[in-house]
Amino acid sequence: MSSKYAVEARDVVKTFGDIKAVDHVNFGVMPGEIFAFLGPNGAGKSTTIKMLTTMLRPTSGQLLLNGHDVTKDQASARKSFGIVFQDPALEEELTAYENMLFHCVLYGVPKAGHKKRIEDLMKLVDLWERRDSLVRTFSGGMRRRLEIARGLLHHPKILFLDEPTLGLDTQTRNVLWDYVRKLSKNEGMTIFFTTHYLDEAEQIAERIAIIDHGKIVAEGTTKQLTEKTKTKTLEQAYLKLTGEGIRDEVSEDFSGLNVRGALLNRRLR
Amino acid sequence: MNAIYILWWRQMKRYLRTRSRIFGSIGQPILFLLALGYGLGAVFERAGQGDYLQFLVPGIILQTLLFSGVFWGIQILFDKRFGFLKEMLVAPVPRVKVLLGNALGGTTISIIQALVVFIVAVAFGFRPQNWVLLPLALLIVMALALTLASFGAGLASMVEDFQGFQAINNFLIFPLFFLSSALYPLTNVPDVLRILASINPLSYGVDALRHTMIGGGHFSLPTDLIVIAAVLVICVFFAVNRFNRIQV
Ligand SMILES: Nc1ncnc2c1ncn2[C@@H]1O[C@H](COP(=O)(O)OP(=O)(O)OP(=O)(O)O)[C@@H](O)[C@H]1O
Ligand SMILES: [Mg+2]
Repeated sequence: MSSKYAVEARDVVKTFGDIKAVDHVNFGVMPGEIFAFLGPNGAGKSTTIKMLTTMLRPTSGQLLLNGHDVTKDQASARKSFGIVFQDPALEEELTAYENMLFHCVLYGVPKAGHKKRIEDLMKLVDLWERRDSLVRTFSGGMRRRLEIARGLLHHPKILFLDEPTLGLDTQTRNVLWDYVRKLSKNEGMTIFFTTHYLDEAEQIAERIAIIDHGKIVAEGTTKQLTEKTKTKTLEQAYLKLTGEGIRDEVSEDFSGLNVRGALLNRRLR
Repeated sequence: MNAIYILWWRQMKRYLRTRSRIFGSIGQPILFLLALGYGLGAVFERAGQGDYLQFLVPGIILQTLLFSGVFWGIQILFDKRFGFLKEMLVAPVPRVKVLLGNALGGTTISIIQALVVFIVAVAFGFRPQNWVLLPLALLIVMALALTLASFGAGLASMVEDFQGFQAINNFLIFPLFFLSSALYPLTNVPDVLRILASINPLSYGVDALRHTMIGGGHFSLPTDLIVIAAVLVICVFFAVNRFNRIQV
């Protein structure tokens, strides 16, 4: 299987019972690219990431990481990526340091480098002072920071970040994105991230795909997207493409509700 | 190897940090041992069956291994629920190794608990018949612990939530335990019970423990060992098969 992309989806479908979470999705992310995957709640972003990272099997279609089919060759796929999940995935009964150490060993970071790497990354997210506290005692934002530091530990070729900055303060967000940019530039790491902060996507992403109801509705640079929709900012383009209604999973059947959502949205702005 | 070690290490850390779990899981078998041992001892002796405490201890050790192994399986459910399972499942390590590391943790915990129960039993007057056979008993305990931890892991991989696990516990684990020869000898029971107990693999486990700890059993020791080995292989396959299919 050859592919010039680091991450590629070919006609991918995922259904849960009656729900079509991902509906014939195609995209490709070039090696070293910073790629944002945007869309309203329930659009299918996390489901796509879960399939790319071998956690879910697609109903049909193909997903490739560095040319390896992730369903057929899970082992090599897993060697090529790192991920920060949308939902927490820490061991609460271990200390912050122990969580990092666990990851180093399980993800094959060379032993000689453990201490330094853990220290560097924990300092980056400002948790080094708290390294010996049980994660159970951490605040939401501290957990998030730890998860991000952990995801960066093993220098993957491809890094998936599913809403990494959710609940983080501005300072931490700036530090994180600076670091991620550096990784992409200096080490050619491919970054695939989702976010609901469109300013973030606009500043960081080199290319953007927008997914809605499981379908890709647009793809390109911020400039291409604004030109295509004849708008000025990414946020305006995004709203034009995905509608202004509050996303309800069955919103299509409740157009009345949708209108109310739109009104509410407009009043808030 | 390293991966298996760190998975085991994490299980042990977790175990040692949750004291309530330690006392809870050792308390139940000890309660059984004392309540039944003293409560039924006199009846048992009058019926000409000998010392009930002696008879009961291998059964209680099996109980410890069974409940500890199966409850350990809940750990997988916890990990699923609280997300840590994802961290393990996407690691660049074959799933079999992930399962093995975790299961060895569960096995170690079971063995520790069985040893504690054994020591308590000795303190209350239990006397192994032949100390020389005890290493063999320990080997059997290890095999049973691994079997039952795998069984627990396989079951936990199949169910979605704690209610599901609770149902399995009530409709599968308790009957398995009570319909085995753990608590009573099979010599004078009704045929139905004897047949049920004879097709229950747990009976062979406890029987092997009786052969090696107090001498004498219902089946022959070679039979016991063959059944134990076969069930060990089946349970490990079951666990690997189920665990491989987990989606989060
Ligand atoms: N395990 C599951 N079982 C059933 N339905 C699911 C499951 N996982 C996701 N879905 C459904 O699939 C759709 C897409 O969900 P997904 O988590 O991919 O959305 P998302 O784009 O990540 O949204 P958000 O921005 O809220 O994180 C939703 O309708 C969701 O209800
Ligand atoms: Mg999501």
